[in-house]
Amino acid sequence: MSLTGDASNYLNPTQKIATVIGLAGLGIIFFSLFHEFANKALWLTIALAAIGGGIVLFAKGSYSGKLEGIKNHGVWIKSVSSRGFWGWVAGISLTGFYVILYFYEGLLGANADGNTGIVALFDPLSKFLSGNPASQWFVYGTLYTVAILAFGIKFIWKYRHNRYEQLRTVSVMFFQTAFAFLIPELMARLNSDDFSLPYNDLKNMWPLNYYAFDGWRVDQFINAETIGLAFLIFAVLSVFVISPILTYKYGKRWYCSWVCGCGGLAETAGDSFRQLSDKRMVAWKVERWVIHSVLVFSVVMTTAVVSTYLGYDSEKYWLTKDMFLIGVAVFLGLLFAVIWYYKREELAKDARYGAIGYLVIVLGLIGIHYFSNSSLFLFEAGDLRSFYGFLIGAIFSGVIGTGFYPIFGNRVWCRMGCPMAGILGIQQRLFSKFRITTNGGQCISCGNCSTYCEMGIDVRSYAQKGENIVRASCVGCGICSAVCPRGVLKLENGPLEGRIDGNQVLLGNDVDLMSLVNGK
Amino acid sequence: MEHIVIIGNGISGVTAARHIRKHSDKKITIVSAETDHFFSRTALMYIYMGHMNYEHTKPYENYFWKKNRIELKRGYVNEVDHPNKRLKFADNSLLDYDKLILAVGSKPNKFGWPGQDLEGVQGLYSYQDLEKLEKNAPNNKVCKHAVIVGGGLIGIELAEMLASRAIPVTFLVREKSFWNGVLPDGESAMINRHIKNHHIDLRLASNLREIIADENGRAKAAVIDETGEEIACDVVGLTAGVSPNVNFLKESGIELGRGIKVNRMLETNIEDIYAIGDCAEQHEPIGNRRPIEAVWYTGRMMGETVAQTICGNPTEYNPGHWFNSAKFFDIEYQTYGWVFSKPRENESHFHWKHEDDTKCITVCTETSSGKFLGINTFGIRMRHEIFDRWLTEERSTDYVMQHLRQANFDPEFYKHFESQILSAYSQQQIVNA
Repeated sequence: MSLTGDASNYLNPTQKIATVIGLAGLGIIFFSLFHEFANKALWLTIALAAIGGGIVLFAKGSYSGKLEGIKNHGVWIKSVSSRGFWGWVAGISLTGFYVILYFYEGLLGANADGNTGIVALFDPLSKFLSGNPASQWFVYGTLYTVAILAFGIKFIWKYRHNRYEQLRTVSVMFFQTAFAFLIPELMARLNSDDFSLPYNDLKNMWPLNYYAFDGWRVDQFINAETIGLAFLIFAVLSVFVISPILTYKYGKRWYCSWVCGCGGLAETAGDSFRQLSDKRMVAWKVERWVIHSVLVFSVVMTTAVVSTYLGYDSEKYWLTKDMFLIGVAVFLGLLFAVIWYYKREELAKDARYGAIGYLVIVLGLIGIHYFSNSSLFLFEAGDLRSFYGFLIGAIFSGVIGTGFYPIFGNRVWCRMGCPMAGILGIQQRLFSKFRITTNGGQCISCGNCSTYCEMGIDVRSYAQKGENIVRASCVGCGICSAVCPRGVLKLENGPLEGRIDGNQVLLGNDVDLMSLVNGK
Repeated sequence: MEHIVIIGNGISGVTAARHIRKHSDKKITIVSAETDHFFSRTALMYIYMGHMNYEHTKPYENYFWKKNRIELKRGYVNEVDHPNKRLKFADNSLLDYDKLILAVGSKPNKFGWPGQDLEGVQGLYSYQDLEKLEKNAPNNKVCKHAVIVGGGLIGIELAEMLASRAIPVTFLVREKSFWNGVLPDGESAMINRHIKNHHIDLRLASNLREIIADENGRAKAAVIDETGEEIACDVVGLTAGVSPNVNFLKESGIELGRGIKVNRMLETNIEDIYAIGDCAEQHEPIGNRRPIEAVWYTGRMMGETVAQTICGNPTEYNPGHWFNSAKFFDIEYQTYGWVFSKPRENESHFHWKHEDDTKCITVCTETSSGKFLGINTFGIRMRHEIFDRWLTEERSTDYVMQHLRQANFDPEFYKHFESQILSAYSQQQIVNA
C-alpha cells in the first residue's frame, strides 16, 4: 500500500507528484475516521482514484521514456527496498493496519448497528455492488483489489519487454477483480430470506481457504440446491482433480502466480520487495518444516471440523463420520504409499523422516478420534478451528505475510505458511512436467537470479552446475529468467525424463557429445 | 598429506579447489589479496548499479569453505620460491606448498598515456577498483562527467554503470565501430545505436592523447588524439582490455610470455607449478582460440582440467566448441562456434536484423561445403546444448536455419522470428545463386 516514499533525491518530479497524490488518497480515507463526509460516494471515488492514479503515475515517472529492459537500478541503494528507514516505516505501518483489521475492526468503524468512520466511507460502493452495508472485509477487499490493479499496471510497465510477465499479471488482475471481488459481491444480491449462498471466491481453494468445508458453509451450499451443490462439487473437484492436472502440466505456477490472490498481491504491490527473501540454506530448512507442519495442521483441523458436523446429522450429508474418517485415513495412506513406492529415491533424508512422522501423527489422531468415539480430537474441533484461524489465517498470512513485505520479502506466507502451496509444491517436486531449464554452460554465477527470487531459492547454485531447477517452492514467477544477463534460465513444461539432470558436460573440459546425446 | 596452494580466488582457482576436493583428500589453501571469499567478478557492475550487494555476488555461503576443508588465506604473494616450494608474502609470512596453481587473473591495460596514473583515473577489474569507483563517482555531483577509453566489454559495462547514476559519459572507441574487431559490421552498428539511445556520447575512431591534471593532481580532462578536443571530466575509465597479472613472477624462473606459458596439461616450465584462467598462455593456440583466453567459461574449464591432473588423472585442456555471452545495456549477446568480424577465406556470413533494431543474428558458413560454423545472436536467446550438438554433428547452415526454432531459448509467449529469419535466408540464397 505504501507508495515507496523514498529519499527525495531518488525521485524525479513525476514520481514526487505521484507520491503526493497517492498519499492524499490514503489521507482522505484516514480523515474519514474523524470526519463524516456528506457525499461519501464522491469522496470514496476521489480517494480510490487518487491511490490508483498515484501508483500508475509513479510507474510512468519510473519507466516511461526509458528503453525496455531490466529496471533494478538502485534497488539496494533506496532505503524502502533495502530494509532502510522507509522500509521499516512501510513495514510497521502495514503491520499496524493488519493488526487493526483483524483484531480491532471497531477502530475502522465496523459496526453491526451502522457503520462509522472508514467502513462507512465504503458503504456506498458496497451497497452499489451487493446491496449491503460495508464491513471491514469489504474495505480490505476493495483496497486489495485497487492495489493489485494499480501495482499490476506498474509491473506490466516495468516488464513491457516480457510477455510472460505481462500475461501472468493480467491474469492475477483479472482473477482478483472478477473472482475475488466482483462476482462474490454481486452473487450476494441473489440472497433472499429463503435462499442464501455463502461468500464464495471460486478460485480460493482449500486448504488456502481453510473454512471451505466448514459446517455452516456446506449447509448453505446444500440448502441452495442446484447452484449451491455445483459450487460444492466444484470446490471438491478443484482440490482433487483440477488442481492436480494443472499442476502436472504446468507446475504450481498456474495457481501461485497466475490465479491466487495472495500471489497476486505479492507479485504486484510486493514486487519491490522480492529481493529481501532469505536465501540461506538454513532458511530453506526452516521453510520445509514450517510449511509442511502448517499443511498437516490444516488437514487435521479440517478433518476434525468436518467429522464433527458429520457426527450430528449424517443423513443430510450422505456420509457418516466413520466413513469420512476411514476415507481420509485410506486416502492419506495411499498417497503416502504411492510417493514412497515411486519417488522414495528423490526424497532427502529429512523429507523421509518428515513424511513418516507426519503420517503417523495424522493417522494417530484420526485413530484416537475413531476408536474413542468421543467428540475430542485431543482438542475440541471448534477450538482447533479458531486457533488455526487466529494463528495461520490472521497472524501468519496477514500480519507477518503481508505486513512484513518490506522486511522479509513479499512471499513469506507463500513460502513458509501456505498449506495450498505446500500441497502443490510436493506435487511440483515429484509429479510435474515443470522445470526451469539451465542453458548449458552459460551461467556466470552473477547472482541476479538468486537475489531476485522471491521464494528464496538459490537459483544460481543449480544454474552454475548446469542443473535444471526443480524446487517445491518455485511459483514460476519467471523473474530469475528475466533478470539473467546471459539468457541462462527458461521456465518450461517438458518430458519427465531428464527433468533434473545436470548438463555437466557443457560446463567443462573435453566435451564428449556423443555420450551426452546417447545418455539422453 | 599433499598441500595444494592456489593463488587467486576467482572462478578458475575456486573451480580447481572444488574439483580437487571432489576427487581427493588433499590439503587445499586458496590465497587471495583481493577478498576473503570468492565472488563473481562479472557481477561487480551490479553492485555499483544497486541491483545487488557484495554478499549477493558470492556463489557460496561462508560456511562452504570450512565444510569442504578449503583453507582461505588473505595475503599478497611477493615471490614464488620454487626450489624451496615456498611462497613469500608482502607481510613477510611464508607458506609451503607441494603443488602450486597460479590463477592470478588479469590487470587493466595501460598504454603509456600521459596522465594515466592520476587520481580519478582507473580501470574496472577488481573489488578494489569498484571501491575506487564508488569513491570517485558516487553520484553526478561529485562526478559531473566521465570519459571511458576502450570499446570492449568492460568499457560498455562501465558506461552502463555510470549512466545508472545519471553521470554523463563520453565513450572513446578506437575502432570505427563498437567492438568491431570481434563483431561483424551489422551487429556492431546496431550496438552503436543502442549505446547512443542510452544517451552515451559515443565517439568512434577516437583515441586518447592524454589526461590533464588539475592543481591537485586529479584528472580534470581527457584529450582526444584525432581532434585535440578536450573533454572536461572527473573520472577517466581505462578499459582498453586486460593482460595477465604476472609482474610478481618476473624473477621467479617461471617462463613468461604475455602470460604464464603453459602446455596443454596447464603445466608451466617448473615442475609442480600450474597456471590456469586469464593468466595462462598456451604455447600454441588451440584451434581458433587465442593463446590467452580471459573468459569466465574457459577459466572454469581450466580449473576442472587441472584438478583432474593434480588428482592423478593427467588431462589435457581440451575445450569443446567455443561459446561466450555478454550483455550490452539491454541487449543480450550469445555466440556459439566461430563468427569473425570479417568472413575469413572460404567463409560467408548471413545477417538478419529485426526492424526494432534490438535483435539480430549472424550465421557463418563454410562457403564450399555449406557447413555451419557458428552463430552470433543478439536479443534472442538460444540453446547452448542444441548448437553444441549441431556443431559436433557438422550440420549445414541450411539445416540449422530450418531447425532454428528448436534452438530458441526465449521465455514462454515471446514472439518468434524463425520464419522471418528463414525467409530472409532463403532470399539471400536465391540472390547468391
